[in-house]
Amino acid sequence: METQIALILTILIPLFGAVLIAAAGSQPNLREAVTIGTSVLLFLQVLFLLEQSDGQAVAVLATPFPGLPLSLSTEPLGLLFATVASGLWIITSIYSIGYMRGNNEQHQTRFYVFFAISIAAAMGVALSANVFTLFVFYEVLTLSTYPLVTHKGTDEARQGGRVYLGILLATSFSFFLVALVWTWNAAGHLDFTAGGILKGKIDPAFLPLLVALYLFGIGKAALMPFHRWLPAAMVAPTPVSALLHAVAVVKAGVFSVLKITVYVFGIDFLRETGANRWMMWVAAATVILASLVALTKDNLKARLAYSTVSQLSYIVLGAMLVNSVAVVGAGMHIATHALGKITLFFCAGAIYVATHKTEISDMDGLGRSMPITYAAMLIGCLSIIGLPLTGGFWSKWYLMLGAASAEQWAMLAVFLISTLLNVAYLMVIPIRGFLFPPRSTPATSNAIREAPFPSVAALAVTAVGCIVVFFYAQPLYRLLTEMSTG
Amino acid sequence: MISTHFPVLQVALPLLAAPACVVFRQATVTWLLALSVSCISFLISISLLWQAYSTGEIRYELGGWAAPWGIEYKVDVVNAFVLVIVSGMSSVVLVYARESLRYELGIRRIHLAYTGWLLCLTGLLGITVTGDAFNVFVFLEISSLSSYLLISLGPDRRALTAAFQYLVMGTIGATFILIGVGLLYMMTGTLNMADLSERIPAVSHTTTVHAAFAFLALGIALKAAVFPLHYWLPNAYTYAPSAVTAFMAASATKVSIYLLLRFFFDIFSESFSLRTMRLNEILLIMGVVAIFSMSLVAIYQHNVKRMLAYSSVAQVGYMVLGIGLASPTGITAAILHLFNHALMKGALFMALGCMFYRIKSLELNDLAGIGRTMPWTTMAFVVGGLSLIGVPLTVGFVSKWYLILAALERDWWWLAVLVVASSLLAVVYIWRVVEAAYFKPAPNTEVNEAPLSLLIPTWLLIVANVYFGINAQLTIDFASVAAADLLGLR
Amino acid sequence: MTYIGLYNYWIVFLLMMTGLYVVIVSTNLIKKIIGLNIFQTSVFILYISIGKVAGGTAPILAEGYKIYSNPLPHVLILTAIVVGVATTALGLALIVRIHSEYGSVDEEKIYQNDPVD
Repeated sequence: METQIALILTILIPLFGAVLIAAAGSQPNLREAVTIGTSVLLFLQVLFLLEQSDGQAVAVLATPFPGLPLSLSTEPLGLLFATVASGLWIITSIYSIGYMRGNNEQHQTRFYVFFAISIAAAMGVALSANVFTLFVFYEVLTLSTYPLVTHKGTDEARQGGRVYLGILLATSFSFFLVALVWTWNAAGHLDFTAGGILKGKIDPAFLPLLVALYLFGIGKAALMPFHRWLPAAMVAPTPVSALLHAVAVVKAGVFSVLKITVYVFGIDFLRETGANRWMMWVAAATVILASLVALTKDNLKARLAYSTVSQLSYIVLGAMLVNSVAVVGAGMHIATHALGKITLFFCAGAIYVATHKTEISDMDGLGRSMPITYAAMLIGCLSIIGLPLTGGFWSKWYLMLGAASAEQWAMLAVFLISTLLNVAYLMVIPIRGFLFPPRSTPATSNAIREAPFPSVAALAVTAVGCIVVFFYAQPLYRLLTEMSTG
Repeated sequence: MISTHFPVLQVALPLLAAPACVVFRQATVTWLLALSVSCISFLISISLLWQAYSTGEIRYELGGWAAPWGIEYKVDVVNAFVLVIVSGMSSVVLVYARESLRYELGIRRIHLAYTGWLLCLTGLLGITVTGDAFNVFVFLEISSLSSYLLISLGPDRRALTAAFQYLVMGTIGATFILIGVGLLYMMTGTLNMADLSERIPAVSHTTTVHAAFAFLALGIALKAAVFPLHYWLPNAYTYAPSAVTAFMAASATKVSIYLLLRFFFDIFSESFSLRTMRLNEILLIMGVVAIFSMSLVAIYQHNVKRMLAYSSVAQVGYMVLGIGLASPTGITAAILHLFNHALMKGALFMALGCMFYRIKSLELNDLAGIGRTMPWTTMAFVVGGLSLIGVPLTVGFVSKWYLILAALERDWWWLAVLVVASSLLAVVYIWRVVEAAYFKPAPNTEVNEAPLSLLIPTWLLIVANVYFGINAQLTIDFASVAAADLLGLR
Repeated sequence: MTYIGLYNYWIVFLLMMTGLYVVIVSTNLIKKIIGLNIFQTSVFILYISIGKVAGGTAPILAEGYKIYSNPLPHVLILTAIVVGVATTALGLALIVRIHSEYGSVDEEKIYQNDPVD
């Protein structure tokens, strides 16, 4: 199959799937089967693209403006993100079946339909060939995830949706769009090119401003102070939080940051002009501050949300360290953090379905009643902390190596301190679950069982995945070095 | 060859069909007559646009009398584009109007409403196609009088006072234009637009010409609802029948903006208007103020139709801003926005009309839960709203893009950021409707989806919104050629 | 030409301002229409004043006359007068309907009943 057709199919498959899901809405089992079938098909399609080593095939979808096509291409970082998102879609669909049915949620068809559309948008972001296409699919992603965030339809959900949409649209229109047009005006085109497109086209004095416009404009990367949407979006059902906020939406954000850093600015150009310095400090501040806030949160999902804010800034910080090692570390962190975080969110959701508990202080001793869930949670926590034997170790390793080789000792300290903070706010949860006596009486605690089977299966798979990635990190590494050198 | 007479047929056909509607009293027959004449006008306008685009401007002498003594119709890409917009919107909305007017007017003599519609169409097309300055006044009054009539037919009795208010202000505006034309005639001895543009430079230092400029600017600005001369618009749009609002929102202000372009770039040369009289500075400031103040006012409205009316004044602000930037990109942006806004507002007002058809009210509170009971209508409103906000893949984004580009070409950062920030205001007022429609529980009364004859034209425009947002090549082409023509660069 | 010699333009100016004043200040709708009429009449006089050529006779071809006044403004004004009549008629028709709906032609009383938001 032609690579170009394959590229277009990655967008069309989930969209078409959305239509089929809507059609099958009245028969839940059929509908769930369509979801899983579509996600498997998409994953196979992305794997096919990974096999194609023919460099840059470009598929043009449409040309709204003269000289500005909406086009897709294969490129290492993009393929990495596409693989992670499509692979985890399969697992999240399985998880969602357990969660939505276990919780008796309303409007399940609407949920699955917009999920599929959001994945299509995420594919568009991943495979975009120019900044304009990235921007368009980025906006579509914001809009298609809104119904997911406000799924519950309560006043709280509506308020959360307002913050979500408000911050994301405000940042993308006010900063991202302006940065985009500015880049276009300066460079004459917006295609992602190795080595960047701005060298010589723009006055270096303005470069830090442009970097700031992009980084703040990509609100999905949750750089402070534009991070509030992420905790606000926790009002959504956990499968939404899991995939979209631990994988697709936030990863689309940091992916965009990384891609623009490497292919629009060019790592070398940024390093020469020193335009990365301000944003490096902003990212570092976000890492520490978000971890500190996470320490104060008793609500499990809120704590995980702030943890995500902090971890996302690892990736931004890696990008802003502007050397190839750090960039590779940042790219790996996209994958490893995705696996770790999704495991944690899956566990949070499983706990909610089984016990209706949301606060960590209520979750003492649950580990004995829900051993599989808590074991997975332990692995997820270790991956985020970055202990060896979990995938998170490698990404942290390369990030710290990058900081050292750039001689940014302050940044190295930031990574180390935040690792300690991670231990502090994460390890508490499995420790209390396994070692502390349960709060409730033995009668009720005996009645607690694991969450429905699909959910438990899913979280087990992702937990195992965290460990597998430790041993099989080589393909990831190879893919990413291709990007930063090729 | 009949095609050589297209310029005059464009105007003559609706004009002749109008009294025919008085004669045929049957509602369906007159509707069919109006619709077919409107469609034929649309086809004629497309042919004129194609001809003007490929071979250059078309000049037609009325009655064979040579210009500059005879009246001449001059069609170039600028006005052919506007002709397509007006006749196209008229045709689409007429399909919608049959059921909508029947419901809202409920009068036995509805054939007279179609008469008024055809006269309004005549007037608007006539303003656009003519090359004679006084002819502009005549057709302007024809369209204005018939629009006063159409507005007063609205179901709420406030339509009468709204129409009256519009009548008073509109007549003052048109009379100012008349004064301006008269003063120009006094100084140059001609009324033909091409001739005027040749003779004005010799006398452009006189106070008379300056006064003519001022009167014309005020008169046209009033008809175009440029802030702060917009006072008639919110009431007129809110209380008019839905189909009339959709038609007028998509055409009347567009034609007035076209007049602005024609007078101040073609007749008065660009250097006079912009450098000597500094019109561009005024337009820039008024545009920016309009955008922000009107979007802010729109946020606080609880009648959704009124909210969109204020939004329309803000959108006119965008067009005026583009003109004020006075570069090829800026004017391209303004002309693009003529087309795009017609599509957006036409679709939005038609969607509102569908809602009014079923729930008989357009207050925000009454729209609770309508997302579930009228899904297609609400979805149309959402897509139209996204287009208004300027989300990529819709037509609104294309206009915003060109405006930002035009601002950045002049290195005016702050203006680009202002344009973008104003889109965020639009998010606020559109999202209030979205939240009311989808988040509030529906009341107990039985509400069905709107009938197909209302939904199909609405969705036709929505699809056009998305299509021209994804594939804007055609409209951008026409708009940039038109802008180049106006600035004398072709 | 002295300022006094241009008296027709003074009259134009006077009528224009009077008409606008009446339109803006009156609350009675009928008076607004009348004000509008006065305003429009001033414009008619402006056009007609333009048409007079010094030393010209009425614009009808006749033996022995070489200079004629300009007939075009007269034609333009006839059109404008017709437009004015149509506007007045429409305005008055609207007033009749307003009166039957509201029972008054005074703007203040009307807005008391139906406040414009």
